[in-house]
Formats: sequence, structure tokens, C-alpha cells
Amino acid sequence: MQNVLEYLEKTVKRVPDKIAFADEMIELTFQQVYENARAIGTALFQKGYKKEPIVIFMKKCPHTVAAFFGTIYSGNFYVPIDEEMPKRRIELILSNLHPKGMICDKDTKEMVGKFQYDGEVYLYEELVKNEIEDVILQDIRRKTLDIDPIYIVFTSGSTGIPKGVAACHRSVLDYIEQLSAVLEIKEDTIFGNQSPFYFDACLKEIYPTVKFGATTYILPKSLFMFPVKLVDFLNEYRINTVCWVVSALTMISSFGVLEKKIPEYLRTIAFGSEVFPIKQFRLWKKALPEAKFINLYGPTEATGMSCYYKVEREFALEETIPIGQPFSNTEILLLNEENKRAVEGEIGEICIRGTSVTLGYYNDFERTRESFVQNPLNTSYPEIIYRTGDLGKYNEQGELIFVSRKDYQIKHMGHRIELGEIEANVNAIEQVKSACCIYDKEKEKIILYYVGEINTAQMASSLKEMLPRYMLPNYIEALEQMPLTPNGKMNRVFLKEKYKQDSEIKKKK
Amino acid sequence: MEELLEILQELHPDVDFELCDTLIDDKILDSFDIVSLISEINHEFDVAIPAEEIIPENFNSAEALYSLIERLQDED
Repeated sequence: MQNVLEYLEKTVKRVPDKIAFADEMIELTFQQVYENARAIGTALFQKGYKKEPIVIFMKKCPHTVAAFFGTIYSGNFYVPIDEEMPKRRIELILSNLHPKGMICDKDTKEMVGKFQYDGEVYLYEELVKNEIEDVILQDIRRKTLDIDPIYIVFTSGSTGIPKGVAACHRSVLDYIEQLSAVLEIKEDTIFGNQSPFYFDACLKEIYPTVKFGATTYILPKSLFMFPVKLVDFLNEYRINTVCWVVSALTMISSFGVLEKKIPEYLRTIAFGSEVFPIKQFRLWKKALPEAKFINLYGPTEATGMSCYYKVEREFALEETIPIGQPFSNTEILLLNEENKRAVEGEIGEICIRGTSVTLGYYNDFERTRESFVQNPLNTSYPEIIYRTGDLGKYNEQGELIFVSRKDYQIKHMGHRIELGEIEANVNAIEQVKSACCIYDKEKEKIILYYVGEINTAQMASSLKEMLPRYMLPNYIEALEQMPLTPNGKMNRVFLKEKYKQDSEIKKKK
Repeated sequence: MEELLEILQELHPDVDFELCDTLIDDKILDSFDIVSLISEINHEFDVAIPAEEIIPENFNSAEALYSLIERLQDED
């Protein structure tokens, strides 16, 4: 197998009329996904696109997935963006890609006029009417290699410019094979998708669905505010498998929903991107004692997830669930500061070796070279590993444990965020003199301190135009002057201490 | 009501919470805000909002949220 479309082509022969992707309004069968994708693939080729980025700017719905596969059929690669992304971020992404083509739906087409883009805009509804030309599609397939990219997703960059991670067929095939084995995906799997389509997290549902002929229900985002409704939805659609961020799971358990209502069909619960508080985990385990709970860990740069841990033993309240062991065909190199393997108990940087390491950052050789590097343990031939910047260690059982970050990257509500990117955007506001962000891990709040002639209300509304929702500070305060360290850097330690003291005072009030 | 407005204002300094009655419908509040709100309300007013009350109708305006808090305080 060398092309992800082979998953779809095998499945459509077996279960053409089964529902592949659905939400509350739309249901697409495998046959419909297949036909729509082939029509789009033919159309994009006829319009002259070849091995280049095609931006998919559509509302999150089953058709969006068909547009992804259509782009792959055409021999190009898809770049999902979203109506909820602010204008500035979309423009930064477009200026990185220089895309010539974009697929929209009726609603998003209206929005394209608002940002700087001079390429073509195609309506999804029109593209799917295009006649399918089998000869063209076969020819594209012959010329496609498994090292050709199929998508680009953007991740936070500390300089304020997001980085576009490009991944190829071979990496996705490898990832999906290993992930499906660990999660025990089958034809009767029914996924409840939570992740936005512009992150790699949604690969976990999209590709196993086409590989096994399973079904994915796209959950409305608003459900994640209202836990009882969310559980009702899971039961109504008999969802048995979820791969969610921890905060989505704890939202249900921490409000006591599981005592009243149980998502009774759930049998596989994969989670990741954050620490699962053991108290909350126990509530889930108690409600669903038969279900499998799996912790997943991995960076976008290694396609998706690289490590897993099946939670089968008891954990004490102060313990952390390990990230466990790498997937088959992936190796974790834990490298210490001398670039040698860390010994048991020693902290090292988590580095990833394997087919799942992606191609790098699109149109950005410089930043690619910083973290996609020659394996320092191999001095004989070229071999690229990815340095995650995550620090880890092995526990006594030989299981990998996540310790912390090397830099100012944080995980907030499951999203990977560079505090530097928020600061860069704040600094871009004319009236701002300086800005510093800190993260309150316990309360999971992003705190922004700044100095400048702009009040907090204006600051909040300006930032909404620049940053995606999940990157917006949860608390903003203006300062007279920025506290500095003796060598003139922003004093984050001082600000953290100040924030802590201020919240203590508030509590006592 | 003052205290509740203060909590809301801290979450979104740019929103007029006395007027807005589409906090959920217009996606002004997100899931993070709901979670923080419930925990701050618990702390400030000493009421635990039960799961079945976490519905859009109770969170669409400061007023609706405040009457929920009052109702829960009376039930105690």
C-alpha cells in the first residue's frame, strides 16, 4: 500500500452504502465520499493544479472530509482553515502557502473577500458536479509517490508566525496502521469527533474510518459546553470510541454528570495532549469499568501520536499517567544535554525516529532545520529525527513519563500554544510597549501582562481579531511598567509570583 | 449581581454583560468560560450548579445566570 486513497477504494467496494461521515444534518456514505472526492480530484486536475496546496475553507461538516480526499485524488495537498480563525491568522497562513486555489462552501465564500487572497475560489457544490475522468485519476495515481505530501496543518510558532507541518502518504499510512491496532478499531467502530479539522488530531477518526469502513459522527462544538446534552448525543448515536482532549472528558466528570447518566456505548476512550487528573480519571473508570482507557502522546511533526499507554493499573492521586511506549515502527530517543541516551531516571529531550516523522515545515527550511535534525547517535548516513522540545524520563517500570517543556510552549485545553506567539501579537498592537504571558497550570489560565496606552477592553477586542479563540488570554492586566530581571529580560518569575499573590488576595476578599 | 458582572468582566473585558443576552448563541462564551464561570460562582456565591442546569438558557445573559444563582441559593 502506498497511497491513503487505497483505504477508501477497498472500503467502498465492501460497504458502499454504509454511513462514513455524518453530523446532525448531513450523512455521507462511503460511495458518496468516493464519488464526490473523484469528481473534485478530476476538476482540480483539469484546472491545472499539480502538487500544490489547495486551501479547504469550509464549515466543519461531512462534505469537508470529501473535499480533503478530493484534493488527494487530484495529486495536490489539502490545507484546512476554519471560519472561526481570525483574519490575521488566515492571512499569515496564506502568505506562507501562496496558494492558487481554494475550496469553499456557500457561506465561507462570502468571507474570502475580507482577506488578502488573489487566487481562485471554487464552490464545493460546483466541483462535485464535475464529470469523473477515470483515465486522469489513474494517471495522477501513477505519478504519485508515497513521499508526496497529502496535507499541511498549522501549529503555533513562537515568533508569531504559525508553522505549516506537511505530511506524506507514507507517514499517515504508518501512523494509522499502528494507531488502529492500539485502539482496536473495527468496522463497527463509531467515532465521536471532537477535534477541529485544521489539526492533525482529526486524522484519528478520518483515516481509520475509511480504512475499516467505520463511522464518524462530527459532534457540534457547542455540546462541549453542556455536558448532559453531550452524553445524550453520545447515547443517541451509539458512539463507542472517542479520542478527545482531556478537558472534554473532565468537563463531563467534574460536573457530576456520570453519576446521573452514563455514555453507555463507549468502549474505547483515548485521550491526550494534557495530564488527566487522577481524581477525574477514577470517576470515568468507575462509570465505565469495562472500557479501555488509552493515553496518547505525540507531536504534529510526527504525524499525530507517537506513544501510547493503556491504563490498566490503579493510580495514586498524585501520580501522572505515563505516556508509555512508542507505537510499533517508531522509536523514542531520550537525549540528554550531551546528545547521548539518558539513563533510567535521567531527564532527556523526547526525540522521535521513524516513518511517522513528517516532511517538515512548508516553505520554511530554517525552522525545519532547527528541529528536524540528523540523529546524533548515527554518524554513518543521513537520518532525520524530530526534536520535540518535550522533556521526559523513564520510570522504574521503563515507561516514558512526560516531565515538562524546554521552552515557553504550553498545552491549554488540549491546544499546543507558544506563549511567544501571543506576546508577538500583543506587541504588534501600536499602543503596546511590552507584553508578557504566563500560564497558570493549576487553573489552566493564560495570563497577559502588558504596558501600553490601551485599556483591557480594547486589548481583549483587538486580540480577538488576531488570535484563534483558544489562544486568547483568560486574564488581562495592564501594568505601569514591566518588571525586568537584572540582565534586562522580562521577569516571568516575578510576574508568576505577583499573579499568585493577587489571586490569594482575591480569594480572601 | 455586581459580583457576577465582575467575574464575567474579568473573563471578557470587552463585552457589555449588562446588555448582551446572546452569550451562547453568538459564541461569546466558550467551554473554557463555562467551566471557569461555574467554579468562580461556586467560590463566590457558595452554590454548586448541578449538571442539569448547565444548559444554554441559563448562560445566555448575566441576568439569566444570576436568577439561576438566586434560585439555587433559595433551594438550599
